[in-house]
Amino acid sequence: MEEVREPIAHMPHIGEPAPAFEAVSTQGVLKLEDFKGSWLILFSHPADFTPVCTTEFIAFSEIHPELQKRGVELLGLSVDSVSSHIAWVRNVQEKTGVKIPFPIIADLNKEVSLSYGMIHPGQSKTETVRCVFIIDPDQIIRTILYYPLTTGRNMDEILRIVDALQTTDKNKVATPANWRPGDMVVVPPPNTQEMAEERLQQGYECVDWYLCKKKL
Amino acid sequence: MACVSPDGKPTESGTKMLRALQAGLGSPEEIAKETGLPLFRVRSGLRELAEAGLADQKEDSYKLSGKGAELIR
Repeated sequence: MEEVREPIAHMPHIGEPAPAFEAVSTQGVLKLEDFKGSWLILFSHPADFTPVCTTEFIAFSEIHPELQKRGVELLGLSVDSVSSHIAWVRNVQEKTGVKIPFPIIADLNKEVSLSYGMIHPGQSKTETVRCVFIIDPDQIIRTILYYPLTTGRNMDEILRIVDALQTTDKNKVATPANWRPGDMVVVPPPNTQEMAEERLQQGYECVDWYLCKKKL
Repeated sequence: MACVSPDGKPTESGTKMLRALQAGLGSPEEIAKETGLPLFRVRSGLRELAEAGLADQKEDSYKLSGKGAELIR
């Protein structure tokens, strides 16, 4: 008998508009456009009432105030029902004292999961893997992270990426490996020979013409 | 439903939004600032209040409807 497959969905890419959605959540019916003007982290988890996801939800709640300072909203998603989400967040609060402050989409029909490529059949045919989509105020996807079912996400890295993206946008620079706020940033490389020659005279800290850093 | 309970009455956040409309505020941005609710929740909530007939929408602005005014009297 032939295996039943999920319809092949378009995998979103960095730099593309985030796929529009209208979805039921723990805070009402939400549309992507409701988040316009704010940064948005849309993230999926495999299932409610599972151990790794519970640690992640507590961790996302802990960084929520830091994200708010940066103008970032959080939006969770799994293919569980709203009733399941409500029961789970109430249980998390009862058992750990942590209140989940952000909405969670109940994507029972997998409409959002499929449009964002959140189901990876090699990991699970029925659950979403641990995806993170960082979407800017113009609703362009700026970063996509995928984690396997067995590996909880790193909140420091998510905050670091938000800081890096916002610094890049504000100052028209790039950020080097392991960059942290306050570190030197990378000046965009010159496009012409003349600019390359000038670059070394511009007072930056340069390894060579193509790798120069500056303090902000 | 986040702003309107199954019995048709506004929730706490729905009531906040209706009171902001009563005070003459009309845009989601103004209402978010006044109520302290996140802008995404206000956009979603106003849409819901309008669907329930508690607010009237005109383009990007909202007004309290007669039915909405009745409920927060």
